[in-house]
Parts: sequence; structure tokens; C-alpha cells
Amino acid sequence: MRRSYLIPEFVVDIEHTNCRRCKRCVMNCSYEALSFENKVVPDNFKCVACHRCVVYCPEQVITVRKNPTDFKGSANWTDRHRLDIWKQAETGSILLTGMGNDLPYEIIFDHLVLDACQVTNPSIDPLREPMELRTYLGKKPDSLEFVETPDGKLKLKEKPPKNLKLEIPIVFAPMSYGAISLNSHKAMAMAAKEMGTVMHTGEGGLHEELYDYGQYTITQCASGRFGVHADYLKRGIAVDIKIGQGAKPGIGGHLPGEKVGLDISKTRMIPMGTDALSPAPHHDIYSIEDLRQLIFAIKEATGYKPVSVKIATVHNIAAIASGVVRAGADIVYLDGFRGGTGAAPRIVRDHVGIPLELALASVDDRLRQEGIRNHASLIAAGSIRSAADAIKAIALGADAVAIGTGALIAIGCRVCQTCHMGRCAWGIATQRPELTRRLDPEIAAERLINLLRAWSLEIKEVLGSLGLNAIESLRGSRERLRGIGLDSQTLDILAVKAAGK
Amino acid sequence: MNHNYQKDISGCGLTGLISKSGELVPGSVIIKSICPMRDRGNGLGAGFAAYGIYPDYKDYYALHIMFDHGTARELTEEFLESNYEVAKHERIPHQKTKYIVYHPMLYRYFVKPKSGRPDKEFADVEGDDFVVRTVMKVNSEIEGAYVFSSGKNMGAFKGVGFPDEIAEFYMIEDYKGYIWTAHNRFPTNTPGWWGGAHPFTLLDWSIVHNGEISSYGINKRYLEMFGYRCTLLTDTEVIAYIFDLMIRRHGMPFKTACKAVAAPFWKDIDDMPEDEKEALTSIRMVYGSALLNGPFSILFGHSNGLIGLSDRIKLRPLVVAEKDDRVYMASEESSIREICAKPAKVWYPRAGEPVIVNLDNKNI
Ligand code: SF4
Ligand code: SF4
Repeated sequence: MRRSYLIPEFVVDIEHTNCRRCKRCVMNCSYEALSFENKVVPDNFKCVACHRCVVYCPEQVITVRKNPTDFKGSANWTDRHRLDIWKQAETGSILLTGMGNDLPYEIIFDHLVLDACQVTNPSIDPLREPMELRTYLGKKPDSLEFVETPDGKLKLKEKPPKNLKLEIPIVFAPMSYGAISLNSHKAMAMAAKEMGTVMHTGEGGLHEELYDYGQYTITQCASGRFGVHADYLKRGIAVDIKIGQGAKPGIGGHLPGEKVGLDISKTRMIPMGTDALSPAPHHDIYSIEDLRQLIFAIKEATGYKPVSVKIATVHNIAAIASGVVRAGADIVYLDGFRGGTGAAPRIVRDHVGIPLELALASVDDRLRQEGIRNHASLIAAGSIRSAADAIKAIALGADAVAIGTGALIAIGCRVCQTCHMGRCAWGIATQRPELTRRLDPEIAAERLINLLRAWSLEIKEVLGSLGLNAIESLRGSRERLRGIGLDSQTLDILAVKAAGK
Repeated sequence: MNHNYQKDISGCGLTGLISKSGELVPGSVIIKSICPMRDRGNGLGAGFAAYGIYPDYKDYYALHIMFDHGTARELTEEFLESNYEVAKHERIPHQKTKYIVYHPMLYRYFVKPKSGRPDKEFADVEGDDFVVRTVMKVNSEIEGAYVFSSGKNMGAFKGVGFPDEIAEFYMIEDYKGYIWTAHNRFPTNTPGWWGGAHPFTLLDWSIVHNGEISSYGINKRYLEMFGYRCTLLTDTEVIAYIFDLMIRRHGMPFKTACKAVAAPFWKDIDDMPEDEKEALTSIRMVYGSALLNGPFSILFGHSNGLIGLSDRIKLRPLVVAEKDDRVYMASEESSIREICAKPAKVWYPRAGEPVIVNLDNKNI
């Protein structure tokens, strides 16, 4: 075999003197980086820094660190570029990866700061006063009409269109059964129910075991139409049409045949062991008019449940979103270029698309300029890392945010970026039964509930400091944001003043 | 206007009264009521609004306009002449006072939109809408011109100074109205300018406000979708426009509009009977961006009545009193007692609970 020029990315250190030789690390290492020959022997080349061994070693004697081997410095030919070239020179392939864009582009959220009340207007203490996060997603009429009742009570003349009621403005992002395990789906469904929010099924259908959670589920209709049948569509509370994904705009999905076991084959309605290819274009959507037809076909099929359209943030996003709203979408799901993925060509993940913050600001502006902001809600997604990101996204104009990677991290993901290998050591992004067993859905649900609860409390705390007691008063209120270290054009697109102004 | 506008924040005292029978009350009464609340202002703004003051021109829109310079006046008058029949046009009567040294040019025009003129701007728009467009156009496009009152048989009088000074300046005691509101302003981040004083008005609506609209940013952006331009740099402006949108354009009853701007909490809505729950849920869904969040108490005047409303957790005071056919509303009870020593009833309305008083006979 020819010698590889690569060097391992990580080094696994084991303090052998304190190791009790229980082999737990070896059993836990799904990447087969550890073996046992009288003592634990690492194969550094295989380590992806999933930390499973580190967390489960009873003696805490394992350390995983970045390979300290230096490269001759160059700000231009970075280590990353050199390693990539060696990999490609050896394989002749596209570089594949999992999870989101990790290049050091400016993260605009980190350059935005929030306002707070001082003496002229009082802040509100969320421990003593109600703080309202309830959010309704969907089309709203521009105005309402009322009828006078004899007793002077309020009564609507006409009911507004069905909306999706959320108790918190955070939903789970679409991640398909296939990309992630059934236990991951279960955990999200349980957490969504408990917190009064929803999970997206992603493009892989809804496993029958989760049908009871339908009211907390947004089902998805992607190009592959996997698992899409009348009952599935009716189970959900809303339907999402996937056009694009932030991690890979213009690229379809591909679930390799080896992941398509019996359950997935049933849920996706495809033969076992076959590759599940969902190309970027839908076979029936090549124009905005086609999209409109699908939106209304789905509405007819579901008794006019809200229909969401998920698009990746690309250069002309404002005009695209406007078209999508005019095509009848009730929700526009904006997926920013830092969004996660089960598998994507790294070149696309890292270099295609635009940051969520700019896309969100310009879409919200455009819909307002066109007077159609009421006609659809906006979900902002693509690396919402904290309640702070969520609050800033809402102030920029989002009705709600979606969390994908954040949710996975809550249940154990270490962002090792190797989901595409199907060996996720935490049982999250894998279908191997010995690995999926590792994720207890109840425990995972509890962790998700805790995360959502914690973020909700933080959002309430910030709302209170802003002197607001309802989330709708922050939505799109860019006046409460200021930018630090952003150039004037960026500030202009965000319609946010510079700090100090 | 872009996001770089500067908005103003205010403290303030307010008072108002209505005679339900439509009896005309002299301006001296309201002056007496606002002056005890001197500490609620800082000399940087005061104003009055009165209904029933122009009976001779009651079918004409009375445009009160302030101009910073002659060019602004020329441009505005050119626009008015080509788009309106102007029945009368004069300086708003005022006099020199000790404290008011600087003031803009103040004019009033009694006008009716011309009809059937193909070259009229906003050709397809009539009546009230035409006047609203005019207000937005003048305020945002003619530099140095601000329409500060545009209703019929009513008017706002405002400027930089304490209430007694502004009253003296405009000779408020010479007017008689069946509804009066007055304001003493405590702005905290602008030097105070004439356009920024209260009342804020649009058509028949007038608002005086104590507090700060913490949701101003989104209220403003929401209104922009419906063609409103918030140019007066003060958060109170959005209140007047929101009421115009809901009541005049969307045909919402007053009480319902109050429920939209000071919405009940979800926990209370959830407990309501089905019809009401559905109605209030829909209001919050549809008009969420019009919710006025933050501290406020307001008096909302219109030709048929007076409404007092405070925010939904009552972060600003409001007291109401009644005697005979008159209803008084103010930030402080002392202001009411000053002009009505023994009211039959005095009460503090609950948070978010509007006090709606209408004229007995709507055709005044
Ligand atoms: S898990 Fe820890 S203690 Fe057990 S064999 Fe591995 S290194 Fe040794
Ligand atoms: S889901 Fe699993 S494989 Fe993917 S990044 Fe997280 S830990 Fe790694």
C-alpha cells in the first residue's frame, strides 16, 4: 500500500498507569480508533474527536487533543488547504462532511448587541410579571372584522386561516429519519410536545411509532417524496416543502443504501438497501408557478393546514422569498449558510450561500416593502447557537427560530463532523442498531426540554430588560439592536444603527 | 426615513375632559387643570387639543402647519392650492410671551380636497385618505414643514415651553371646546422641538401620552407597510397612526382597538368563553406588531368622545372622575380636583382597561 502523506488530525493519549483495562473505550469507539492489545492502543488516524471514550472512561484517563505537529506557517497555504490537497490527491474525490460550515466567516450575531431599559422606561421583572412567548406561525389577514353581539362581547365575523400555535418561538429543524436515528426523532417529538412546540420530520417521513405525536410535527415533502402519503401529511400540524438547505443550497440529499434498513425502508417507502436520492429540484417544480401548484395541492390534501417552504439563503433571497410568499406559502423557512447537514460536499457547505442574518433582514424588509409581511411567518435557521442568537434573529424579523445542530449537541453530539460516515458514536446520526441503542429517547428528551426551558427563561429575561412583556413586540424591532464593528453597508442591510447612535 | 432616525423618549403629565352633552368649555379650564402637574414636564413641550372649536368651518379639514422657513411654506401652499379648495388661510393666532423666544411660522388652512381633478396627486384617493397622504407627504417630503393637526372642527396647539407658556402663546383661553386634552412634556433625549410636542394628531384623532413605547421600532415598521411615515421622531406618533389604521381603515370598534394595543395576557385570553377567546387570539395574531408595549397612559380624543387607556401592566398612572355630564381623566387626581372639587366618582382604571366616553348626541 502506498504511504499516505496525511497526518492524523487528533492524538489520543491514554494514561496507561491508571487505566483499569476495562475496554469500555474500545467498545465505545464506533470509529474503531481504539483496540486492545494488552493495553489500549489508539489509531490516531481514525479518531474524529467524538469524545465518546473520554466521556465513558471510568478512570478519566483519556485525552484527545489536536495533533500538535506543526506545519511550516503560511497564512495562505493553511494546514487545512494542505491536508485537503493531500486527501484529494490520494482519493480523487469530493470532500464530504457532516454538520455546518466551520470557516471563520464573520458571525454577524456576535456583532449585534441588545438594548435595555433604564430610568425613562421601566424594565420588567420576569419573575414577577407575565412574559409571553406564545407565537402563531402562518398567514394572517391584514385586518379582522367583528360582529356586534347583543351582550357587547367580541365575536369574529370570519375565522382567520389556520396557524401553528407555539408556546415558545423555537422549533426543531428538519432532520430526516435516516440522517438521524429513530431515537433522536422520538426525543425531539417528546420534547416538542412537552414544550408546546414542533419538530420537523425532515424528508424521511414519520415513523409509525411517532404518529401519536403528529400534532407536534411538521411533516416534510422533499423532492424524493419519501414517506409522503395522505395519512402522513394529515398527521402533521403543518407541511414543509423543502426546496433548499442552508448547508448545501442547490444540492439534493443522498442517504446511502447501507443505512436503509427495514424501518427506514418502510417509513420512506423505498426498497431496503437502496440509495435514497432526493435531487435538489422536485420533479414537478421548475418554476414558482409549479411551487404554487404544489402548495395548493398540499393545502387541499390537508384541509388547509399551514404550508411552509424551506429555502436556503442565497444571494437573491429577498426576491425569492417574496415569490414564495406570493405563491401561497404560510411560512418561509430561511436556512442560513451555517446550517447543519448529515452529509454534504464540503465545497458547497463552506462556500455557497449567504449568512442568515443578512438574508433574514433583507427578506423581512422586502416583504414589508411589498406589504405582504403578514401573509407569511419567517422561521430563521442555520446555526442558532444560543438564546442570544434566537433573540437577535427575532429582533431582525424572524417569527421563530429553528434549532438542529443545537438540539443534537444537547443530546450528545460533539460536532465531530463525521455524521456522513454513519458511525455516530452517540447514536444520533446513525442507523446502526448497536449505536442507536446508545441514545435513550427519554433522557435525550429531558435534555432537550431543559435546553428549551433554559433558552425560554433567558429570552424572557432579555425581554424584561427591554421593557417588553410579549415576544411580538420584539419581532422585527431592529431599533433594539446596535451593531459593533460592522461596516456601514452591512449595518444598512440589517437596518441596524451602529452602537453609540 | 431609514433606521437611522432618532426617536425621542418622554415622561409627562396629561389631563383631559369631555362634556357628554357637548357643552363648550372654555380653554381656561384645561389650563387650570394641567398647570399643577408642573413637575411632570421640564419646559420642553406642552400642548392642547380641543374639539368643537371651528363650528364655522366644521365641514373643512383644519390643517395646522408649522414651517421652519418661507420655502417650506411656499412649497406646502403650492401643493395645497393645487389639490384642495382652501376656504380660509391664516396665521394661527398667537402672541409674544416672556419665555417663548423662538417659534416656527404657524398657519392654519381650512380645506376640502378638490374632486375630479385628473392631475391631482394620489388621484384615486378621496377624503380622509387624501388628507392622510397629504400629511405624510408634507411631513416627509417638504423639509421644514409639519402638519400637526388635520381634523375637522378640532385642532392641536403645541410647542416648546411649559403648559402655561404655551397656553398664553396660543391664547388657549379664547377657544371653547366640548373635549379638551392637555399635555406637559418631559422629554429626556432631545432638546425639544415644536413638532415633537403633544398632542399628536391625524385627522380626527388626537393623542397625549405619558410614557415610552418600547415596541416603537416594530410599531413603526408595521405602520410603514400601510403607507404611514413616522417622521416626527416621537414614539407617540405611532399611537395616533395605529388608531387611524385600526379604527378608520379597518373599521374596528374603539374598544376592540384598545384590546389590540393593550392586549389581555394569554393566560386571561385562554380562560375566556370560546367566541371571545377566538376573537382576542386573532387580534393578537393579526395585530401583534401593533401591540403597544412599554409604559403608557394615553388620552385619545376624537370628535365623538374621549378614551383613557393605560398599558397592560399599568406602568403609568391614570385617574378618572365623573361629575354631571363631564368626565375628567388625568395623570394625577390633583389636576382633576383643581377644576372639579367634588367629583361624584373617582377611580383608577385597571391596567389595559379602556375608559371610553362618548357624546350623548353624536351629531355635534
Ligand atoms: S475506558 Fe478508560 S479505563 Fe477503560 S480501558 Fe479505556 S482507557 Fe482504560
Ligand atoms: S451527530 Fe454524531 S457524528 Fe454527527 S457530528 Fe454529532 S457526534 Fe459527530
